[in-house]
Amino acid sequence: MTTDILTFTDLKKHFVIGHKGILNRETVTVKAVDGVSFAVREGETFGLVGESGSGKSTVAYTTIGMYRPTAGTISFRGRNLFEGNKARPLALKKDIQIVYQDPGSSLNPRRSIKEIIGLPLQIHRRPPTPPNVGGGRRGNRLEQVVQLLEMVELPPDYMHKYPQMLGGGEKQMVAIARALATEPSFVILDEPTSALDVSIQGKIINLLIRLQNEFHLSYLFITHDLSLMRNVASRVAIMYMGKVCEIAETAEFFRNPYHPYTQMLLSSIPVVSEEEEKLKPQKITSTGEIPSPVNVPSGCSFHLRCPSKMDICSEVDPVMVEVEGGHTVRCHLYGDQ
Amino acid sequence: MSCERSEAIPLIEIKNLHVHFSVYGGRLKVLDGVDFVMRSGEKVGLVGETGCGKTTTMKAILRVLPMPPARIPQGEIYFKGRDILKMNASDLQQVRGRGISMIFQDPTAALNPVFSVGQQLEAVIHHSTNRESKLSRQEIHQQAIASLQEVALADPERLLRSYPVQLSGGMRQRVCIGMALATGPELLIADEPGTSLDVTIQDQILRLLRKLVEEKNTSVILITHTLGIVRETTDRVYVMYAGNMVEVAATTELFSHPLHPYTRGLMDAVPRLTGGGVSDGIPGRIPNYLNPPPGCRFHPRCPQAMDICRQEKPYFYKLSDNHEVACFLYQGSKEQGSKEQGNLRPVTCDLRPATWRAL
Repeated sequence: MTTDILTFTDLKKHFVIGHKGILNRETVTVKAVDGVSFAVREGETFGLVGESGSGKSTVAYTTIGMYRPTAGTISFRGRNLFEGNKARPLALKKDIQIVYQDPGSSLNPRRSIKEIIGLPLQIHRRPPTPPNVGGGRRGNRLEQVVQLLEMVELPPDYMHKYPQMLGGGEKQMVAIARALATEPSFVILDEPTSALDVSIQGKIINLLIRLQNEFHLSYLFITHDLSLMRNVASRVAIMYMGKVCEIAETAEFFRNPYHPYTQMLLSSIPVVSEEEEKLKPQKITSTGEIPSPVNVPSGCSFHLRCPSKMDICSEVDPVMVEVEGGHTVRCHLYGDQ
Repeated sequence: MSCERSEAIPLIEIKNLHVHFSVYGGRLKVLDGVDFVMRSGEKVGLVGETGCGKTTTMKAILRVLPMPPARIPQGEIYFKGRDILKMNASDLQQVRGRGISMIFQDPTAALNPVFSVGQQLEAVIHHSTNRESKLSRQEIHQQAIASLQEVALADPERLLRSYPVQLSGGMRQRVCIGMALATGPELLIADEPGTSLDVTIQDQILRLLRKLVEEKNTSVILITHTLGIVRETTDRVYVMYAGNMVEVAATTELFSHPLHPYTRGLMDAVPRLTGGGVSDGIPGRIPNYLNPPPGCRFHPRCPQAMDICRQEKPYFYKLSDNHEVACFLYQGSKEQGSKEQGNLRPVTCDLRPATWRAL
């Protein structure tokens, strides 16, 4: 039995975007994340899928401490990440790292690769590995940078280059090396390949899988590409408008999607072969726009676009129910509510 | 339906098109002899990595490349038999809009943020129709409403008064499609019409596009790097790499038997719903256009590169009526023995994408 490494319990993050009413007493909020609960197990790749604006990235940014949650908790190895009002201790920051979506903007163009990868080493005062063999501390730092570059399959002379001299894939490899510099145990991958060409995507993905096996990393893998998710994640959660609507083992999820939104999502994936076409659920044509996150519809937030809408859907927000072992879904169609 | 409309003269024919860009470091040789033909009523896909020259080719057709820095040292582009590159401004204006219209990649950048949707859409209709018939302001307004209704947008009156920032991404893209189709073009060029959108919305847009195109019998060039979309939408596909067309085939044929090593690499790199992991993709990256590799531009990344690939540029080899490939691996595979190929045997045994992995 594997243990949970990161647990989200009813996580909420609301952003105040304005005020209304007489005297501006009422606040207008966007409920970016509105009651998300799931747990990532030690050593697994947990996939978080959703359309843009569904709150995937907000979950990621809250986890690394960029935001404080409005309500709910995130605990890492049983320890609450937001205890009191104190800043997060360095040791905890070291354990949770992130790789951002667009390497073009996540790497400082004025810093060389050596400086980019060296900074986390410096901040976290990582002890020199291997043990000091002559040379001062400076020599060791360089050695570590070289090691990290080799780890992501880049030649050592890249440390003197600047981000704009590299291709998109190479930049993302540098971003991965930087994330791994602190020797984390948990890495958030926020759409690590969506800014890259499909011809380079595979290399990055396989590199990430190799590093995971080598260093026993746990991944929270955020993407909107379901075909990619099928190949990397062991479990998947689908988000829609700040809420998780289905969680399942990946294989089970693709074989047997329950939620109407999930079925719609799966049936709209463009695929390249006949065998894949057979795996898709029957075509469900999506209608309507994704509603604005400011005016979330009452009841189930999907009911305006749902093909199997019932009366109850516009009134009562469904809760998560387990339909099979490890497969939970948030929809009135299932469970005896 | 479209048959009586010029059997012999293709709708678009590009012959040996070269486009260069002058930059500080020298001259970027971006397009290097592009050939392209399409008949009226066809739906053609154009695929390739970012920076392969897909959009440049299409902009050359519409003559909207910024010149300078762009230069067209060589090549001809025929639209229904007339060379676009030699047209005067007023003829060109006739081709743009009524003849060819384009949906640009990013709907946010394609719409002007300081004019309302109505102002922009009505201007398009005004300019494309006022040659034959002078429409009153009221008639133009009615047409604008009709074209928004066509792309399934609710409440067109209100939309015409609103500004692009007030619309969602999907709505903006639909406004762009409506605008492109408002002029009743014979050819629609759609440059990555779904990339900036979510899967379900992208699916909606593509279905809408397919329906409209079918109804009006418009010809379409669809540019994308999502192979799945090409498979579901087009009849024929051109594969482009570094300013060259490398393979052209009927869509079903291309997806069942990709021949060019580049096409096979691309196909293999797509993650499959069937699972089983992701392949490493194609090593290396697009060449530097300042100093592109001699011979076949793909040879530095090609797992099957031979000596001849480094020296000579491959021509199209016609393998069947609906499949041509520009690669020396297929040299003489049709006119067997007609050339002095000796031991250069074409790969014919197993052309599944999976062979890439074995290489």
